[in-house]
Amino acid sequence: MPIDVKIKKGLKLNLKGEAKNSIEQAQKSKTVALRPSNFHSLVPKLVLKEGAKIKAGDEVFFSKYSDKTRVVSPVSGVLKEIKRGAKRKILEVIIEADDYIEYKDFGSMNPLESESSLVKERIFSTGLGIFLNQRPYNIPADADDTPKAIYISAYDTAPLSASHELVLKDKAEYFQNGINALTKLTGGKVYLGVDKQSATFLKDVQNVELITISGPHPAGNVGTLIHETEPMNRGERVWTINPEDVAIIGEQFKTGKYNAERTVVVTGSAAHENNRKYFKTIIGSEVKSFLTDFEDNSRIISGNVLTGEKIESDGYINFFSNTLTVIPEGNEYRMFGWVPFKDNDIHSASKTSLSWLFPNKKYDVNTNLNGEERALVVTGEMEEMMPMDILPMQLLKACMAGDIEKMENLGIYEVVPEDFALVEYTNTSKIEAQEIIRNGLDLMITEVG
Amino acid sequence: MNWIRQKIDQIKEPFEPGNKLEKYRPAINALDTFLFVPDHTTKKGAHIRDAVDLKRTMITVVLALIPALIFGMWNAGYQHYTQLGENPAFLEAFLHGAYKIVPMIVVSYAVGLGLEFAFAIMRGHEVNEGYLVTGLLIPMIMPVDIPLWMVALSVIFAVLIGKEAFGGTGMNILNPALTARAFAFFAYPTYMSGNKIWVSEASNVDSISGETILGSLAANKEVTYNAAEMFTGIIPGSISETSTLCIVAGALILILTKVADWRIILSGVIGAAAMGLLLNALPSMGVEGNGLTNFPWYNHLIVGGFAFGIVFMATDPVSAAQTMKGKWIYGVLIGLTAILIRTLNPAYPEGIMLSILLLNVFAPTIDHYVIEGNIKKRKKRLDMKSVKTA
Repeated sequence: MPIDVKIKKGLKLNLKGEAKNSIEQAQKSKTVALRPSNFHSLVPKLVLKEGAKIKAGDEVFFSKYSDKTRVVSPVSGVLKEIKRGAKRKILEVIIEADDYIEYKDFGSMNPLESESSLVKERIFSTGLGIFLNQRPYNIPADADDTPKAIYISAYDTAPLSASHELVLKDKAEYFQNGINALTKLTGGKVYLGVDKQSATFLKDVQNVELITISGPHPAGNVGTLIHETEPMNRGERVWTINPEDVAIIGEQFKTGKYNAERTVVVTGSAAHENNRKYFKTIIGSEVKSFLTDFEDNSRIISGNVLTGEKIESDGYINFFSNTLTVIPEGNEYRMFGWVPFKDNDIHSASKTSLSWLFPNKKYDVNTNLNGEERALVVTGEMEEMMPMDILPMQLLKACMAGDIEKMENLGIYEVVPEDFALVEYTNTSKIEAQEIIRNGLDLMITEVG
Repeated sequence: MNWIRQKIDQIKEPFEPGNKLEKYRPAINALDTFLFVPDHTTKKGAHIRDAVDLKRTMITVVLALIPALIFGMWNAGYQHYTQLGENPAFLEAFLHGAYKIVPMIVVSYAVGLGLEFAFAIMRGHEVNEGYLVTGLLIPMIMPVDIPLWMVALSVIFAVLIGKEAFGGTGMNILNPALTARAFAFFAYPTYMSGNKIWVSEASNVDSISGETILGSLAANKEVTYNAAEMFTGIIPGSISETSTLCIVAGALILILTKVADWRIILSGVIGAAAMGLLLNALPSMGVEGNGLTNFPWYNHLIVGGFAFGIVFMATDPVSAAQTMKGKWIYGVLIGLTAILIRTLNPAYPEGIMLSILLLNVFAPTIDHYVIEGNIKKRKKRLDMKSVKTA
């Protein structure tokens, strides 16, 4: 019997600009970029110099603090440029891609019939380990750890997000193979969260503990699933991984090739309708290779509107992103916008707008802050967006104060920034809740480890 | 609309960073943001934001106060004229009240906002909107005849000692409006209590006496008002506290917009009713009681400042308990102590002010225990885990 996770608190945000359910091959991206900042806290050590010839699967850089945390090239080609910032910090490693990808051959391996240690060794030595993220802190998994469980959420409840089911439809076999490999990494269970409503093939996946999810966002967040099944305690480690990356692992074990294919969905009201669909491309590819038709003065977000990162139209999509959201910028003034019950076309979870009368209305959102940052005054609204048994305002205040003991007591290990995305969205005082949590987690890393 | 925007940008030019009036930016920004929601955009994280902001929230509270304010103005005039034996028209009564009360509001806003602006400029942060509510609340809970300079002093005390001393909006421990009233109450008792202050001009015109119901009860006099009058509020009292009807209208606005927490209001009423019932039962337990303890419990809810306090003051999110469970405890305790102080302490025929201030002080303690509860659950889980693995 699957575990049933039903969430009541949270918010289902209906936005305009949904994508069609069709998948297309994107134009070939001439270059791809690997950005160390996509792997939080990772300090890269380069193994290659500019001009080096590489195959897909060749190591590009590894973590200064753990040489088993490796990032490998998603394409074959020439290492074109290493972009550095202040203090020679590596910002981007840009690889010029060949027309036809040449793969490094890792040989095939059947994870179910192999020793656990060999499976783990292969995952980390061939750069697949970078897909695994560790909770607490949401940082790259440490190869020397054995997590108490591994969590995969194949139901993204965030607004305008990709359907994992659609993306993985043709890769069911690889996905299963990837799951088989993951079971060798943990002494505990591998959890797979799926939408309770849909009759997806994901419900038939073997060797997992199935979680059926229902309720508004953040029901599908991994943090919610962990909290509802095996909540994190001090000192424990859990790994998480995106479903598409499970399939990449499965394919590499099967074929011996690191096929870094990424299906990205283009969504958002500022992307033109004919551009809003799924594109098959490569991890880290140029945004312009699939985003061709969009409004001026819009924001391009690698990821969803709640947690994504702002990128430029000539930039590259983030390593983990499977969504590219384009929404209008909101850099305009709005007269008397603070009057209650005015401007009801802007969504509000608060009842000081009439938008709650139309729960199914789809909203055209922009990036306006709709106010200014203020001291925290209103209480009770954060709790409405927090399905976990965590006191959100108190935890945020503990993080702001840098009170480590209090942060620990109030459950900092159980959360990552994305769990506070809705708190940030609905907050009357416009505080940057996700950044506060991220800073709190970073403080915990340095002080507690 | 565009040319207005351009005009404002022109006026704001000398205040931009790098220009000579930069220091006064918060002041000009505060005025500008009342005309326009600014063009600020998100930087990262949640790229979209809810339409609500603190201005909207605070204005909603001001809206909720309007019925009680209008009624208070009318009632001030009505009480005055009926005590003189006249039967005033609505407008006549209203204008008499407005003539007294509007200057109080003007003084309260001018002094309070002046201080808020000064502190914003000094500390270099934006002006917070909290005073929009506080500044209106202060005159509304004063007796109608209080001199304007006392209003001004009370405001200064509330803003400086009640709020800014703790770090400004969001950091204060006591409700600023009640701090102002408490200051006036203890500094100028002859203007704040007794039986000659509750009706306009009562101290100058001999034929006007106008005691409050609680005052009469405390003096063991007969109450001449019926329950309907108490509920609609055609009785003497502080400017806007009398009409439970208008306060309920305000409460509905606050509860439906979720600006005030219904938990505090409901639990406060439960607490007050429970204490009222208990005191009403004293005679059956062989204790005689007094006029106030024998006053029916439901009447306790509709006379005096209880309704106004529990709806508009106890629900101030900054000084109230902040956890969900804490709010229930906080509300019940306010209800209990308000009626307790009212009935058993002869010096203060009205208890709600002191009971809210008292519980403001204890709200962090209440929250502390609620938070400890959450922490204990987490620790217990960890202990269970260690036992299992050991």
